[in-house]
Amino acid sequence: MRCYSYAEEGNWVEWPYPVDYDKEREVTVDVLVLGGGIAGCWAAISAAKRDLKVALVEKGATIRSGAGGSGCDHWLYTPNPLSSVTTEECVAAEFESNGGYTNSISRYIASRESYDTLLELEQMGGKIRDTEDKFKGAAFRDKQTKFLFTYDYENRLHFRVWGSTFKPALYSECKRLGVEIYDRTMATSLLTEGGKQGARVVGATALNVRTGEFIIFGAKATLDCLSRHQRNWIFSSEHRGLSSFRPGNIAGNGPAMAWRAGAELTMMEQAKRSPRGSPYHFPAPGTGNPFNTWFPCTMIDANGKEIPYVDRDGRILNSLSERTRPARGQKFMGERATAYNYRLNRIVPDLLERIEKGEFLLPLYADLPSMPEHERRAIWDLMVGEEGRSRIPVYQTYMESGFDPEKDLLQNYEFLRGGWVATYDVLPIHERITGESGDAGGIVVDWDLKTTLDGLYAAGDALFAANYHHHAAATGRYAGRKAAEYAKRAAEPVISRKQIKAEKTRVYAPVKRDNGIEWKELNIALCRVMQNYCTEPKNEELMKIGLAWLKDIEENEASRAYATNPHKLMRIIDVFDILTCNQIIIHASLTRKASSRFLDFKRIDYPEMDPPEWHNWITIKLDNGEAKSGEFPIDFAEPLRDNYDAHNKNYKSIWKQ
Amino acid sequence: MGMDTQKKIYASPNVPTPNRPVIFDPDICSGCNTCVEVCQMDVFVPNPEKGRPPIIVYPEECWYGGSCVAHCPHPGAIRLNHPLQQRVRWKRKETGEHFRV
Repeated sequence: MRCYSYAEEGNWVEWPYPVDYDKEREVTVDVLVLGGGIAGCWAAISAAKRDLKVALVEKGATIRSGAGGSGCDHWLYTPNPLSSVTTEECVAAEFESNGGYTNSISRYIASRESYDTLLELEQMGGKIRDTEDKFKGAAFRDKQTKFLFTYDYENRLHFRVWGSTFKPALYSECKRLGVEIYDRTMATSLLTEGGKQGARVVGATALNVRTGEFIIFGAKATLDCLSRHQRNWIFSSEHRGLSSFRPGNIAGNGPAMAWRAGAELTMMEQAKRSPRGSPYHFPAPGTGNPFNTWFPCTMIDANGKEIPYVDRDGRILNSLSERTRPARGQKFMGERATAYNYRLNRIVPDLLERIEKGEFLLPLYADLPSMPEHERRAIWDLMVGEEGRSRIPVYQTYMESGFDPEKDLLQNYEFLRGGWVATYDVLPIHERITGESGDAGGIVVDWDLKTTLDGLYAAGDALFAANYHHHAAATGRYAGRKAAEYAKRAAEPVISRKQIKAEKTRVYAPVKRDNGIEWKELNIALCRVMQNYCTEPKNEELMKIGLAWLKDIEENEASRAYATNPHKLMRIIDVFDILTCNQIIIHASLTRKASSRFLDFKRIDYPEMDPPEWHNWITIKLDNGEAKSGEFPIDFAEPLRDNYDAHNKNYKSIWKQ
Repeated sequence: MGMDTQKKIYASPNVPTPNRPVIFDPDICSGCNTCVEVCQMDVFVPNPEKGRPPIIVYPEECWYGGSCVAHCPHPGAIRLNHPLQQRVRWKRKETGEHFRV
């Protein structure tokens, strides 16, 4: 028998795991962590260190799960002893770059505690320093601490790290602390007191994705570390994998479950154009480019002509060292910061026009061979070698095919599909994604990272307007200790059998059928609704039709969905959650009666861009089954330091600025 | 040119694309199934024949995470096989020759 089991082979193997649908198992813990990614692992560790019984529920395998499972190149926005940048300045860089649409609470927490988090990670076995002296003498290296930096070598705010070591270190620490890890287990719903929407969260239901068994988790405190929604506008059923940013297990279970339980979400109307997940895109660090993982690589055109870098004032940067220093009068540069005060040095912004006028010849290339050895090895061996989903598919695979960073120019794919792919300006309008590159709508939290539901906390990319590995780590660590504090004084969880029964009926319905619609076809149909009725420009009529179509699909085809094994059951339940997320997105879009440049949100019936009365956050939640909206001001997090201090009187930091 | 008249032809459906996200070397693979346990997308099942490479049941779900390759204890037993339309190119600086994954 060969290794591939298709219909072509004619011999499907029997499902190798013992299947027992409906079989129930009850687990009671103090703290329940949903999602075993970076945020989830840190939350579990934090709670377990406080002598509580912790369960971690992960759809895949915790040792490598989540967007940060396979690696990480940068640990960003981290004030530390070598930097004069303050926590407030870190928050300001993102606040100004996003028109205020950033989670300033979680960004403050992250920048305040991310150096502590980094040091704890090192104690667990994560590699954060150049202990082998491989980069001795490099401009981006600090001699004493052996830390390496990126982007802005003067301000030393953003670290270069060996992120492929992180997840296994976190996993080992979870096990060492006695966290009960439930791998191949997907959370399907939040349990609430009395089964009531909006009541205290007392646990969650889950399915084993190999055996189909049903697990009832009762917990005093629960954490949503399930990341964001995706596959709402684009879903390529067969060519998705290599161009996506997050593994396909991340399907919006978090927002969907929170919504059904009655939690408040915000910024769900935001949907930026993005090529990620499109079959015509490449993995970001897998092409030659001047951004992010590859910064500050020299770029040349097909004739070998160098393309200039400029600072925020458009001044040409003549040397490599100038690329990694702020401009005259600029204090520091932030990753992805577009606000003038913090803007990162970049390739000339009018490059497309220059190419069209014939100044530069396509295609462009990353000129690693011309880089000084330290920079070349930092970019290729360290950054591309350590970034998420990069070591094996890019670093190793390309070199096995003969790529040699000392001799070869890796091709750049900007402009080859029209416009700047990296800034998303000229992508087809329907190619939208909510934050697959970061900063999507999500669950509302306060300064304890507590949601609007008692007993439910959140961390990482599950949070509204959140992003970055260091942020997931620091907020996971923080929310874990907050959830633990709550659990120590909370009442025992009481589970509603009625709620369990309803959920079992819902999740097992597909396996009771042997024909109907399969998960992939349903997902694409849901994307089609969003592409036609909730893209650009929007209007009320279109969006109402969109909701009607989603309801129609929900009542008809989705209620005839089928799954012939537990794996396919997992996938169809994911698609049910995608349907829910699409409904949430349209509800939120209807509520915002204005357009917004920052949210990439255009309404033809309300065309004014960011009018002052709409420069706020729109919230949305289910209340007795009906969608209700609310709002809170753009500067909700102020005063930052006072609020943080008031909520963290007993926190003993390892390092304080 | 003679045709093998013994070979049977089937009404075979189209295969999922991409259909070989990883390639096993059965001579090196021991069938330890480490890749099965570390794959986030759970695209594999163990081969019913012990000692043989796993079976890829859901090739189109692969996200090319590479954890299977990274954690495999037998170098060369498994490698990634990028979809043909996502293979990046490069140019040798000195000679101008083009290569690809």
